[in-house]
Amino acid sequence: MAADLFYFLVFPGLLFAGITGGFLSWFDRKVTARVQFRKGPPLLQPFYDFFKLLLVKETILPKQGSPVIFLLAPLFSVFGATMAGVFILLPLFNISAGFRGDLIVIFYLLTIPSFSYIVGALASGNPLAAVGGSREMKLILSYELTFLLVIAGVIMKCGQQCDLSIIIQTQQAVSRFIGRISGVLPFIVAIFCIQAKLAMVPFDMPEAEAEITEGIYIEYSGAAYALIKLTKYIMLFILPSFIVALLLGGFRLDGIHILWSVLKVMGIVLLLTLIRNTNPRVKIRQAVNFFLIWMNLIAVIALVMISFGY
Amino acid sequence: MGFKSFCFKKSLWVFHFGGASCNNCDIEILDCLTPRHDLERFGILLVGSIRHADVLLVNGSINKRDKERLLEIYKQAPKPILVVAIGACGCTGGIFAEGITFAGPVDKIIPVDAYIPGCPPKPEAIIAGIVKLVNKA
Repeated sequence: MAADLFYFLVFPGLLFAGITGGFLSWFDRKVTARVQFRKGPPLLQPFYDFFKLLLVKETILPKQGSPVIFLLAPLFSVFGATMAGVFILLPLFNISAGFRGDLIVIFYLLTIPSFSYIVGALASGNPLAAVGGSREMKLILSYELTFLLVIAGVIMKCGQQCDLSIIIQTQQAVSRFIGRISGVLPFIVAIFCIQAKLAMVPFDMPEAEAEITEGIYIEYSGAAYALIKLTKYIMLFILPSFIVALLLGGFRLDGIHILWSVLKVMGIVLLLTLIRNTNPRVKIRQAVNFFLIWMNLIAVIALVMISFGY
Repeated sequence: MGFKSFCFKKSLWVFHFGGASCNNCDIEILDCLTPRHDLERFGILLVGSIRHADVLLVNGSINKRDKERLLEIYKQAPKPILVVAIGACGCTGGIFAEGITFAGPVDKIIPVDAYIPGCPPKPEAIIAGIVKLVNKA
């Protein structure tokens, strides 16, 4: 029990994932600034933002709408992200093996933040938040199937094993899944899926700043918005880690391999940032088409190749 | 200086309210955020929703219609909020001060924390004003 609480609150969970995600968020903003020939924020900027929102600012409750659900939604999003983070990071850091079929649980837990954003946005009673919520819903509908196909491909590649720890061990014993063409295709698809999951720029219609002024987060202020920021930091760390676990062979914590583990996660975040900075925002219809037709097509091709043993 | 006010100073998020502006101040404000002057170095970000803002930038002459909107925006902002009046029109009314639709400079409507005069103020002047604001806050 005490160990579980420690896992949840301190080491792979809330504190560790939050701090690492904060630094990754700084990395994202710094790379963005360098791409645009700017200097960029200082190293601790995400933490200043978080503590300012948490400690200094006032939290305003919507007059029309449901204050209880409005405030519970960010809590649930932090809970879902942290829980998914614990289940992803425990096998990754080789602390405990997890349980049978934890991939499925992780997949469901990773959708909780998006769902709670929708619930919170609709509880705020703001029309722009409702627009953002409906866009987020369509986005979930389009990328979830694709993400599931990627995970199915990894499970097939590993010989019908849906344990994250077994998948990591298989890759470390034999070879990384990305080393072959049937691992490259799921990697490309997974990158676009987590781009949409993190609501980064080609797929940031739910929070489109220019047209619907931050959409689903429009009514959040103060501590509630700080929790949403925390969720975003955690998601920015655990989703690349999940890809590393599924396709890039996981972490190894001995000697020089620590450096490679860090570089893997940072490389994926760099890729996401570069995609974010070189693309305009697409319309929701284009995003749905992109995932439902093209990304699903690539994922199915990868599945067929895996089943033929390439 | 406490931890709270340190964090607050390090991460000022800006919401931009344009009154009946001639757009020159808007362009100079944008200039502060673009590569040459890059205010994100100091943690200053432009946000789209007043609920996330720490600083309310007001520029342009405030006429009778703008006054209601400005009051509404100010009431919706989460406190503590700092208000900065930018440009001659925001500070004093400028050439519109005698106009029939003019509803007073910004500080007659809401409390103002910093004034940045100029028509339009240079980005350097805006940065100097923000430094003074940060030292005061």
